[in-house]
Amino acid sequence: MDKLLNLLDKNCRLTNEQLAVMLDEPVSKVAAAIENYEAQGIIRGYKAAIDWDKTDREYVIARIEIRVIPMRDHGFDEIARTIYSFDEVETCYLMSGGYDLAVTVSGKSFKDVALFVSQKLAPIDAVQSTATHFVLKKYKERGVLLAEKERDMREDAVL
Amino acid sequence: MMDYDSLLSKKVMEIKPSGIRRFFDIASEMDNVISLGVGEPNFRTPWAIRHAGIQSLEKGHTWYTANAGLAELREEIAKYLDRRFQIRYDSKKEVLVTVGGSEAIDLMIRACVNPGDEVLIPEPCFVAYSPIASLTNATVVPIETKAEDGFRLTAKALREKITPRTKLLVLPFPNNPTGAVMHREHLEEIAQVLRDTNILVLSDEIYAELTFGGRDHVSIASLPGMWERTVVVSGFSKAFAMTGWRLGYAAGPAPIMKQMTKVHQFAIMCAPTTSQHAAVEALRSCEEEVVNMREEYDMRRHFIVDGLNKLGLTCFDPEGAFYVFPSIQSTGLSSEDFCQKLLHAQRVAVVPGNSFGESGEGFVRISYAYSIEHLMEALKRIEAFLKTL
Repeated sequence: MDKLLNLLDKNCRLTNEQLAVMLDEPVSKVAAAIENYEAQGIIRGYKAAIDWDKTDREYVIARIEIRVIPMRDHGFDEIARTIYSFDEVETCYLMSGGYDLAVTVSGKSFKDVALFVSQKLAPIDAVQSTATHFVLKKYKERGVLLAEKERDMREDAVL
Repeated sequence: MMDYDSLLSKKVMEIKPSGIRRFFDIASEMDNVISLGVGEPNFRTPWAIRHAGIQSLEKGHTWYTANAGLAELREEIAKYLDRRFQIRYDSKKEVLVTVGGSEAIDLMIRACVNPGDEVLIPEPCFVAYSPIASLTNATVVPIETKAEDGFRLTAKALREKITPRTKLLVLPFPNNPTGAVMHREHLEEIAQVLRDTNILVLSDEIYAELTFGGRDHVSIASLPGMWERTVVVSGFSKAFAMTGWRLGYAAGPAPIMKQMTKVHQFAIMCAPTTSQHAAVEALRSCEEEVVNMREEYDMRRHFIVDGLNKLGLTCFDPEGAFYVFPSIQSTGLSSEDFCQKLLHAQRVAVVPGNSFGESGEGFVRISYAYSIEHLMEALKRIEAFLKTL
């Protein structure tokens, strides 16, 4: 029932009744499928797509490229766990290519983030180097446009 | 002072302006209007198609093509019609590339009709057939289709309108504005009536890729004895979300296509070259995108039909295109009044059903070529409007 996941991915506030109508399925089946996805850990949560820049929240994010040295009994997963356990870390990915972990970190200010990197991230034994890139503007996040509102540009034609 | 009224063609001046246009004009003067009036996909043309258009420009393909269209494109159209609908055409003599399906409709009617011929037009329908037929001095004979028949053309209704002067039947299914679809058995009934006559068929299949419920579109040209009397008109606008590219085609017996091509070459020369190159790509590689768009429309269709029915605006289940045609008779208002009041009270623009023929009175056309969020908001406003009646 991939269509259900696609619908929830775009708008998780659709009610089970609405989803059932759109998929032409009984509500009970949709409810059961969602429960099952949750139980299996396929659906991990439901979040709103918020443009914090439009609020008064002080919010700075940085993308940090981290090179690590995996050691015996202390592979990438363990190092990643150490890093993603910090509340400041919003995303943490293992990467192919020139560095190993891509981490998104948020804080109230540039200084906050810089202190996090120097005091918490860099001192970790396995961390070999970090490169911090601050986000200046978000245009699009998880498929949602942030920089502008999607506009219907169709004009009226008679047909 | 020029007296334009006495100078201009009487025939043209007699054509009534479209009721839809008038409505759009009112709506465009108002703020915060949410429209359910647009008759084109909200999807962008798939990237591969746009890219093919860009590439053709980069390569400098900026000349006219052959009058009938790029040979490559005509071949792809012939292959596509065979693959999808089992109708076979010789791409060299039986396929013509046009500026949208609309031009193909115009050509077919002009190529076939003599003054005084009768043209049968099932209504409600797309607004272009009747004015074009009138320009050829044809007598337009509407055939009313009814909600209780699923807005399909029935053999009985057809038979009642046939006279010795009947030249042409327009068959507009899947239908704008009703969403009605003719299944094979319904078409067979119509074919039975036509087989013993000399009546030609203009089968407007522009919405052929938008049929729902797992049922593929059937072309009347694929039924025995019908190919030789039918011109199939279609295009890229709806299936591939290519409305602005203005590209369509007609396919039919060579003697008809020959005359249509003649009018086309004098009036148009050829369809836009860039669009033709893009369309080759559409037919070669975009089947998956078409399926995805159809599935998306299908979800919206369920959503809007359910929503309107719950509000008491009963809809029959539309099986094709991207329109629903709910009855507004429970409100006691005429189609025009309903639309005017809804627009002024809640700023929702829908199109009065009678714009598509008198038999559309008591209905409105709602397009669901919009996002679910847009449809939700519109339904909310319609609900608020109905409460005030």
